[in-house]
Amino acid sequence: MESLRKLTQVIATLLTNGYFLFPQTKNIYQGPLKLLCSPGLNCYSCPASTTYCPIGAIQQILLGVRFSFESGSYFFSSYVVGTIGLIGTLSGRITCGWLCPFGLLQELLYKIPIGKKLEVPYVLRYLKYFMLIAFVFLFPLLLTNDWGMGKPWFCKYVCPAGTLEAGIPMLLLQPDLRATLGFLFYNKLFWMFIFLIWSVVTSRPFCKTTCPLGAFYGAFNKISFIKLELVKANCTECGACAKVCPMGIQFNKDEGSAECIMCMRCMKEACQFGAIQLTYGGSSLSAQQRISKNNTV
Amino acid sequence: MKKNTKNTRLRFATLLPLIVFLALFLFGINAGEPQRVLEQAWNICLDCIGIG
Repeated sequence: MESLRKLTQVIATLLTNGYFLFPQTKNIYQGPLKLLCSPGLNCYSCPASTTYCPIGAIQQILLGVRFSFESGSYFFSSYVVGTIGLIGTLSGRITCGWLCPFGLLQELLYKIPIGKKLEVPYVLRYLKYFMLIAFVFLFPLLLTNDWGMGKPWFCKYVCPAGTLEAGIPMLLLQPDLRATLGFLFYNKLFWMFIFLIWSVVTSRPFCKTTCPLGAFYGAFNKISFIKLELVKANCTECGACAKVCPMGIQFNKDEGSAECIMCMRCMKEACQFGAIQLTYGGSSLSAQQRISKNNTV
Repeated sequence: MKKNTKNTRLRFATLLPLIVFLALFLFGINAGEPQRVLEQAWNICLDCIGIG
C-alpha cells in the first residue's frame, strides 16, 4: 500500500508539474489545462505547473473583488471554492496523503536519518485554521490599499511551496527579476528553509501547522464520501495505529480527525485486528473485497 | 434502528455540502469565473513568489 501511495504521489506531482518545455520558453505554462485545479498545494507560477493552485486563485479573486463587482462581474471565487469543496466532500484529506507534491517533499525529507525525530506541539496545529480564515480569505478581502486592492497574504508572506517551486526557478530562468529582490523574497526564503529543515526532524510540519488547504479538506474528514472508520468491536486499544501515523494521531481515540491524511498506514501496516476500515458512501471496502474474493473462489 | 438513523444523518451531512459546493461551482462557471482563473494562472504572480 505504501509503495502504491508513493507511486501515486510521484505521478500526481509529475502531472501537476508536467510542462517540461520551460527551460526553452523561459516562462510558465500558458495552455488550457490551467483551467484545472491542482488538488494539492502547487504554485501556479511554477514554470512546470500545468494547473492552478486553489489557495493562490482564491486570494487573487478576493483581492480584486471590489473591481469585479463594480464592473458587473460577480467573481467571489465560487468556482474555486466549489471545486475544492467538491474534492473535500468526496475524499476529505486523502488529497494531502496521496496527491500533494509538497507533502511528498516533506515525507522524503523526513526519511533522512538524523538524530531524534520530534513532534509538533499540538497547539501549533490550530495555526493552519488562522492561515485559512485570515491569510487566505479575510486579509486579501478586507485589508486594501487606497485603490481598493488587497494582497495575496498567504502567497506573499508565507507559502514555502511558492518560493521553492516558483520563486527560485523563475529567478534562474529570468535573470532580470533578480534586480527586484528585497525583503519579501528573503522573508519567504527564510520560511522555506525553516519548513524544509523542520521536515527533516518532524513529520509533515507544514501540513500540521500551516497549510490552509489541509485545514479546509480536514473539515470534511468526518463526513466525506471516502473515509477511514473504526470498527469498535475489533479494537483492542493497543495503540499500534499511533506508532505509524505520520500526522501523530491515535485513530481509535480520534476517529475522523481533521489531522488524518488517510495515508492508510494505520489500517495496512499497524492494525492486526481489522479495527480500521476504508469506507466509501457508507460501504466498507474491506467487506467488498471479501465478497469479491468469495465470489472468485 | 439507531444505526439506520445515524447512517441517514451521515448521508445527509455528506450530501448537503456536496450540493452546496456543486451549486457554487456551477454559479462560478455561469458567472465566467473560470476565464478569470485562467487569465490569472497564465501570468506569473510576482507577489506570490516573493518578488515585486
